[in-house]
Amino acid sequence: MPKETGGLSLDGQGKPLWLSLELTYRCPLKCSWCNNPLDFEDYAAKELSTEEWKKVLRESRELGALQLGFTGGEPLQRPDLEELVAYADSLGFYTNLITSGIGLGEERLIALKNAGLKQIQLSLQATRADVTDALVGARAHARKLEAGRLIKAHGFPMVLNMPVFRQNIGMTGEMIEWAAGLGIEYLEFANIQYYNWALMNRDELMPTLEQVRDAEKVVQQWRDRLGKKMTIYFVIPDYYEGRPKACMNGWGAIHLTIAPDGVAMPCQEARVIPGLEFESVRDRPLAWIWHESPLFRKYRGLDWLPEPCGSCAEKEKDFGGCRCQAFLLTGDAGNTDPACSRSPRHQVVQDAVDAVARPLRFRKPLVRRAAGAMSTAFLET
Amino acid sequence: METIALSADARPRLSPHFMFRWEASQDAYILLYPEGLIKLNLSAGEILKRCDGERTVAAIVADLQAAFPGHGEEIAASVRAFVDLACDKGWLRT
Ligand code: SF4
Ligand code: SF4
Repeated sequence: MPKETGGLSLDGQGKPLWLSLELTYRCPLKCSWCNNPLDFEDYAAKELSTEEWKKVLRESRELGALQLGFTGGEPLQRPDLEELVAYADSLGFYTNLITSGIGLGEERLIALKNAGLKQIQLSLQATRADVTDALVGARAHARKLEAGRLIKAHGFPMVLNMPVFRQNIGMTGEMIEWAAGLGIEYLEFANIQYYNWALMNRDELMPTLEQVRDAEKVVQQWRDRLGKKMTIYFVIPDYYEGRPKACMNGWGAIHLTIAPDGVAMPCQEARVIPGLEFESVRDRPLAWIWHESPLFRKYRGLDWLPEPCGSCAEKEKDFGGCRCQAFLLTGDAGNTDPACSRSPRHQVVQDAVDAVARPLRFRKPLVRRAAGAMSTAFLET
Repeated sequence: METIALSADARPRLSPHFMFRWEASQDAYILLYPEGLIKLNLSAGEILKRCDGERTVAAIVADLQAAFPGHGEEIAASVRAFVDLACDKGWLRT
């Protein structure tokens, strides 16, 4: 999330500058790359109440949090979103809403504006309705476009987020053109990370290196053409880079995520790692969880790093990569991220890349995020 | 970095959607914007505070020179450098 780390200075000084609140995992869509837990249905009954979320906001602001993302699931599923935005704004947060656009009618948009919401990140998967609708498993395209138009009409800055995979990577140019026409300031091509549902569908979703390079070229041409009118982010998947992401700027460094049930995590995916002791804000003060809990201390800083990271000059840059990816692909979260070419387990990433490049493969249908927590019948394609 | 010819009577102001304020927990001025956050050093904060769309670059320089006497040339140069950078990064508009 931090795009501007090279600015004048961004040093968390041990503070959780970036707070993400996963208000709910409920969502009317069924994206095959969703990074919510596979058992997302079980969270609906355990969601924090309005007052509990307010307490989280107060406590994290006291810890120095500044940027705040309301996310999910679909955060608009919470009828108290406006109330929480207003409260966060009064505490001095810069409030961002991360939404699929489903449920964002004009009335709510105005209420959110009045509550002090600063920015909206809208996801859109394709420029064509049939492609979007098939990808998200619902008739969503027209609603998303309408949401985009409304967001601009009400003067919000907007990040348009296109999760990128093989099925839509060829639409990069069209997407930029459409976004430019709407006057969108930030366009983010997010090469998806392969956790949870996305990992289950990895072989079908992962683009080939050639596709990635082509898209990169298209992005560069448009950057030259549009200049400062639009900022376009395009991040190459780490599977192809030979180096891991500097995941979350390091474990427990500047990012804090709270799950719907109040569990505090160093990143949204951390719960995939078994054996960690997760603590809920229902049971413990947030300051203790952030500063003292074994979970947040486990991979904080550089001292715990294994070889080859420990003696590697690049450790200050990437902190040995992503703990969740290390676990999912090597079985141990304490290993060097296998996306790194120096990892002794790099072959597992290489194998995934090779599998994608094989020309004649048997294609499996995408597994959709299965619904259960709510009825999506009205949206079925 | 490409330097834009910045005229002394330009009136820089904060770009829309940027929030500039003092943050006690950082003991510094900060800039908040969509998905981003910058902590400003002391001089950057003092300059940005004066970029209100009313004052010209020349007036900002004069103002700072009065507030911090004895650094005349240094202030003039750093205001120019900072306003250039901030325009280039999109924090300020002229
Ligand atoms: S990725 Fe799709 S299914 Fe998952 S929360 Fe977002 S919109 Fe809903
Ligand atoms: S060996 Fe470790 S520190 Fe070095 S580049 Fe690879 S992941 Fe980063």
